Amino acid sequence: MHPAFSVIFLTVLAGLGQGLFLAMTTAEIYDFFELLPVDPAPILYIVGSALSFLLLIGGLIASFFHLGRPERAWRAAAMWRTSWLSREVIIMPAVIGLVFIYGAIHYFDWNPVFLIREGAPPVRLSLVVGVVGTVFSFGLFVCTAMIYACLKFLQEWHSPLTVLNYILLGGASGFVLATALAAYFDPALTTFYGGWAIVLTVIAFITRGASLIRNARLRPKSTPQTAIGVHHDRIVQRSMGALGGTFNTREFFHGAGARLMTSLRPIFLTAVFVVPVILTAAGIFFYSLPLLVAAVAVQVLGLLVERWYFFAEANHPQNIYYRTLG
Amino acid sequence: MTQLALVIDLNVCVGCHACVTSCKEWNTAGQAGPMTDQRPYEADPSGTFFNRVQTFEVGTFPMTETVHFPKSCLHCEDPPCVPVCPTGASYKRKEDGIVLVDYDKCIGCKYCAWACPYGAREIDEEQKVMKKCTLCVDRIYDTNLPESQRKPACVLACPTGARLFGDVHDPDSEASTAVRERGGYELMPEWGTKPANRYLPRRKTRIHLHEDELTRADNPLKKEQQPKAELDKPTSDEFMPW
Repeated sequence: MHPAFSVIFLTVLAGLGQGLFLAMTTAEIYDFFELLPVDPAPILYIVGSALSFLLLIGGLIASFFHLGRPERAWRAAAMWRTSWLSREVIIMPAVIGLVFIYGAIHYFDWNPVFLIREGAPPVRLSLVVGVVGTVFSFGLFVCTAMIYACLKFLQEWHSPLTVLNYILLGGASGFVLATALAAYFDPALTTFYGGWAIVLTVIAFITRGASLIRNARLRPKSTPQTAIGVHHDRIVQRSMGALGGTFNTREFFHGAGARLMTSLRPIFLTAVFVVPVILTAAGIFFYSLPLLVAAVAVQVLGLLVERWYFFAEANHPQNIYYRTLG
Repeated sequence: MTQLALVIDLNVCVGCHACVTSCKEWNTAGQAGPMTDQRPYEADPSGTFFNRVQTFEVGTFPMTETVHFPKSCLHCEDPPCVPVCPTGASYKRKEDGIVLVDYDKCIGCKYCAWACPYGAREIDEEQKVMKKCTLCVDRIYDTNLPESQRKPACVLACPTGARLFGDVHDPDSEASTAVRERGGYELMPEWGTKPANRYLPRRKTRIHLHEDELTRADNPLKKEQQPKAELDKPTSDEFMPW
């Protein structure tokens, strides 16, 4: 497939925003059960949700560049019964709205008690919104990933690993960003976030690595024989019926050479997983904000490469019909 | 239930592209048009087509066969492009099984093109909406046309009659009969899309000539046995100065 920058930015930015929001709500839930060394500073929640909100809005804006007719985007909410894209279109504004409300609750410090139970700390509104937002964020991850994973003939994507990777990569990047924010706004939480960031990044490395190994072993189900129904070992295309290329040659081929593709793999594996884990660990150990910020920057840049590779790696069966220009 | 479809005979297709041009001619001016072109007279022309003819070479020279392969939307009975459409612009008609795009609802997200394993959908780079074969839906029901003309433009244009059009759910239709009797098959059956369009395979046609057919052994007039004309003698033309 030809990687579209609109979709790369949509998935990376929205994933980062959702992950950051999940980091905020994780602290809130931990705090509710009194598992944190200190109560998190409200400023961390405020900055975290604001940044998450902006990242999600950035992703939303990027997604509009993917549309041929962005003025009709509202129509995309119609087919939620069958289309994962439609579901994503519905759930994304819901997540953005919940992130906004969550941030506003902390900003205005208007946090009424929602529920009181004997012998338990009071359940405040921010916790309820946070938990609902967490569920919706996971829903958005699933919708985004299922857009790709549900296409069964794109064999590289048609796997539960795709869903896991979207959740874990978004989560990991969000927690790495939260670590840097905590180091600046609430140093007591740096270790808490840093620990989660390292754990999530390592798990994401395992699942992303698993999908790379899986995809390297894939055998395409469609062949020139099944594509034109002629059962002969040697079928060569002589003409695709167009001289100057078509939508089919532009949309479904990434145009990069095999060498670039293989060299991108170690690049993004290093930038997304190895370097951020080392930088985050070092950042916590030395308590160094620049190292933690560097971890965020390297990982986000790595994720852009990773997402490019994710799209380019998928080999569409229609490409069998477009092997020779002419 | 009706399922209109094309049955394409690869044995007689000569790859002349008449179906491609007639499709473009009819549809660019019809309900599904325009089908815009980009840089049509420059080095890298591009444009919207509903139908393309491709050419494949099968075998190793000199034992090769050239297969001309017209490809358009197959109007799958279980079309993977329809459920993924977020707006409902892409739909399959219940009454005749034609898969269509509502250009007024399409947002141009290209997701349906990703979901089509055949690459049958192409975005119109100018109108920014997805386009595909309509099976000439604006033509096949047009009662202003004589009955014989109510067929897709490509079918009418094909000089070798390689394209049959009809209801593949009606066992007595010409299309169904051809599929049944001449080994009609589906493209990429592995994905379970159940394409309605079928292709008829190449056939080996051999003429068996026997020696007695050449020498006319059974000729009752035995013309071959009559004495040959005496070539060295002058003919009547030379003999008679007219």
